Amino acid sequence: MNKTMNFIVDLRMRHRKQFLSMTFILSLIVCMLSVAMLMIGNTIYPVSDVVRVLMGEDIKGATFAIETIRLPRLFAGLFAGFAFGAGGYVFQTMLRNPLANPNVIGITAGSSAAAVFCIIVWQASNTVVSIASIVGGLATVLLIFGLAKGASFSIGRLILIGIGIQAMLSAVISYLMLIGNTHDIPTAMRWISGSLNGAKMSNLSPLLFTVILFVPIMMYFGKGLKILELGEQAALSLGVHTNRTRLVLIVSAVMMIAVATATTGPIAFVAFLSGPIANRFVGTSYSNIIPSGLVGAILVLGADLIGQYAFAVRYPVGVITGIVGAPYLIYLLIRINRKGKL
Amino acid sequence: MYLFFGVFALLLVLFGLSIVTSIFLGARTMEWTDVWNSLWHADSTSLEASIVQHRVTRTLFSLMCGAALGISGAFMQSVTRNPIADPSILGVNTGAALFVVAGIAFFHIQSAEQFIWLAIAGAILSALFVFGIGSMGSGGATPLKLVLAGAATSAILSSLVVAIMIPRTNVMDQFRFWQVGSVGVGSWESIRLFLPFLIVGILIAFLVAPALNALALGDDVATSLGVRVGTVRFVAALGGVLLCGVTTALAGPIGFIGLLAPHLIRLLLGSDLRYVIPLSALSGAIILTLSDVIGRIIGSPSELEVGIVTAFVGAPILILITMKVKMRDG
Amino acid sequence: MKRTHVYEATHLAAGYENQMIIEDVSLTIPSHQISIIIGANGCGKSTLLKTMARLIKPLAGQITLNGTPIQKIPPKPFAKILGLLPQSPIVPEGITVVDLIGRGRFPHHTFWKGWTTEDDEAVAEAMEIMGVTEFAHRSIDELSGGQRQRVWIAMALAQQTDILFLDEPTTYLDITYQIEILDRLTDLNKKYGTTIVMVLHDINLSARYADHLFALHKGKLVAEGAPSEVITSSLIQQIFDLQCIVVEDPIAKSPAIVPIGKYHQVDSAR
Repeated sequence: MNKTMNFIVDLRMRHRKQFLSMTFILSLIVCMLSVAMLMIGNTIYPVSDVVRVLMGEDIKGATFAIETIRLPRLFAGLFAGFAFGAGGYVFQTMLRNPLANPNVIGITAGSSAAAVFCIIVWQASNTVVSIASIVGGLATVLLIFGLAKGASFSIGRLILIGIGIQAMLSAVISYLMLIGNTHDIPTAMRWISGSLNGAKMSNLSPLLFTVILFVPIMMYFGKGLKILELGEQAALSLGVHTNRTRLVLIVSAVMMIAVATATTGPIAFVAFLSGPIANRFVGTSYSNIIPSGLVGAILVLGADLIGQYAFAVRYPVGVITGIVGAPYLIYLLIRINRKGKL
Repeated sequence: MYLFFGVFALLLVLFGLSIVTSIFLGARTMEWTDVWNSLWHADSTSLEASIVQHRVTRTLFSLMCGAALGISGAFMQSVTRNPIADPSILGVNTGAALFVVAGIAFFHIQSAEQFIWLAIAGAILSALFVFGIGSMGSGGATPLKLVLAGAATSAILSSLVVAIMIPRTNVMDQFRFWQVGSVGVGSWESIRLFLPFLIVGILIAFLVAPALNALALGDDVATSLGVRVGTVRFVAALGGVLLCGVTTALAGPIGFIGLLAPHLIRLLLGSDLRYVIPLSALSGAIILTLSDVIGRIIGSPSELEVGIVTAFVGAPILILITMKVKMRDG
Repeated sequence: MKRTHVYEATHLAAGYENQMIIEDVSLTIPSHQISIIIGANGCGKSTLLKTMARLIKPLAGQITLNGTPIQKIPPKPFAKILGLLPQSPIVPEGITVVDLIGRGRFPHHTFWKGWTTEDDEAVAEAMEIMGVTEFAHRSIDELSGGQRQRVWIAMALAQQTDILFLDEPTTYLDITYQIEILDRLTDLNKKYGTTIVMVLHDINLSARYADHLFALHKGKLVAEGAPSEVITSSLIQQIFDLQCIVVEDPIAKSPAIVPIGKYHQVDSAR
């Protein structure tokens, strides 16, 4: 008995240590990328200048560049990345399938379509756009789950229906884009693959507010999420309020993803990649909402730095995450197909 | 057999109807006399005449595109034994798009003739890739695996398309109009380019339809019935990819016709491919042409590109089919 | 020693919209004993078990725990008293044995109370009882069917409930593993007095391991009691539509059935 105790305490400590240390490392990377985001631009400012500007000092040129351009860009990437990562992780874990993420099943398309509609047809304000994209995202989720429930429920069917809905929504987006007068290239690209261009501090408040409000809620229900992984019946008999847990988690995840989409556009594959990467790094013993969010932020900030400065041309962040992310999706498909789990 | 002729007659009536509406309706409704005059007096140079002439080519072009997509969808569905195979779902369109964009950007290709070959090459390569991934593992290419492989491939390819386009505004401009499928670009030139491919496609259809029927019973049964499984599958797949590649090259990506047309016919007549393939061609032509008319009326005074209309009509049908397909996971 | 509970169902009916699966079943689960539900495929064994475990809402009738209707008990307190191991739980990808068993501690946790030594002890104890300590660090995917099933039961044990329901815990297992699992469950019952209720397919094993049998036929409870009273050739004829003779199990002295078939009649056996 004592031997067993020691053995499992030892194992548990190892898992815990891995979780904590890896989460710490991920946070560290996020910090480093954030600093890099503030330093790098048309002019490269040293760290000391960045710190001085942040402390409130006025440095000619640097203050303007950092406070008006780079800081909003950083915040948009940081919070949107976190929202995509954490929201994607919740969906993937709840539906027990890495493919069942907001990108594949069309939730981001729902948010985008609603946002684009408001911008082009109504020239609506930011608040309206945020609300519309939340409504669009939630409505898409309801529609997909409703249709999938109507037939005998299966996750495969859910994914297929999601892809169908997505095809329709992308047709809406293409149409709106064609009729819009405003479709200069940057705006158009943003709604196709997401971009941090043009982020303004004044537009970011819905995103910051949503992330700060919903992440604690998600974490509270995160323990139940880990039990839901064992299946409906096991979760029920372990005392999880399954319906309540699922509802709260879906609503929180959709809220975060929708508002992030309204702010930066649907940055391709971040919601899909973050969860699996976080699981790989920190292990699967705990609910990985925070680590997935951190990975999401790393992906967005890293891809943005690469897209902006690694090539002669500036690419929006979504193009980079798309090119990096899709091969991983294919790899995952090959692995799942080999195992015969679909 | 009566049923076949009944459906055939119905389709012929609809076929005629779609031609008439396509010529008469649009941003400006034509009078009989205008149409009559401009058709039989080729020297007529009035505004009406030029509109009618444009609409005639457009109608002819859209009928051809629709027929090609219908046949292509029927081929792909029976080759893969998969009810939701469609060029747009399988990522074939994006493959064609990538090659066309690369051609414009890197090799300064301008002519439609060269577009066709590039688009066909892109279509074939991406189809091979998607089938390869989708049919790994047990159970071969199930609908879900194939669709996911298609979605993933489309995602990569369209990221690449965007990456090629962003630094090149001129390419972006050419591509933006191509990206949303439209039959408004149809000209006598494109019809001339299209015709040989369509004829080859129809010939293949007549040749392989009986063998494809046997293939529907499974490879083993087909082999024991004396069908050369590999050859038949290759020829039919090649025909399918060729037809949708050419259509994509000339009209841009038009989704869901290849899904809708064969399903409609199967719903009415059952699954004998000797009927399904030719009637899919006919109904594909009708659906595409009517969709184009709808797009012209809704979008008036401009027009709503037909690719958008077909997505709206087609996606709900895809969902309906999905709800009927049996799934193997819990 | 586990606590004694009065767990009973009265006039229970369950099923789906227009298809009744369980009709008018009234029963009391004997505390500190092993009860086994037997019956033919589709007679409602699993449905009865799941309804009793609150996974399915009854259409009529009531289930009470010490006099309180079970719907009135919040999920977590209920999960500390009664645990159920479903027939086919889902294995999350890459999960380790110790991790999975630890999830059985969920009902004992609150938001502010984290993992405690008590939890470690419960997990260690469950592992020892089911004999899974040696592969505690392995991933579930690497285990054999029998090992996997023991891990799942260990998870349910870590829940430390007074009553444990198991839905066909031995299905798809080789006979060796069936005996091993049933022996370990008997250990559990003898050592701690855990009330065990399970669904089993094999009648002879049920008769051997059960203190109490519930025989179900077309959704109705047709017989219950000690195996020696319940297992008769007429009951087997009724619920399985099978002719048989009942003999004494030479090892366990419990009743055992020997089927009669077209080519194997009682006379020709001579």
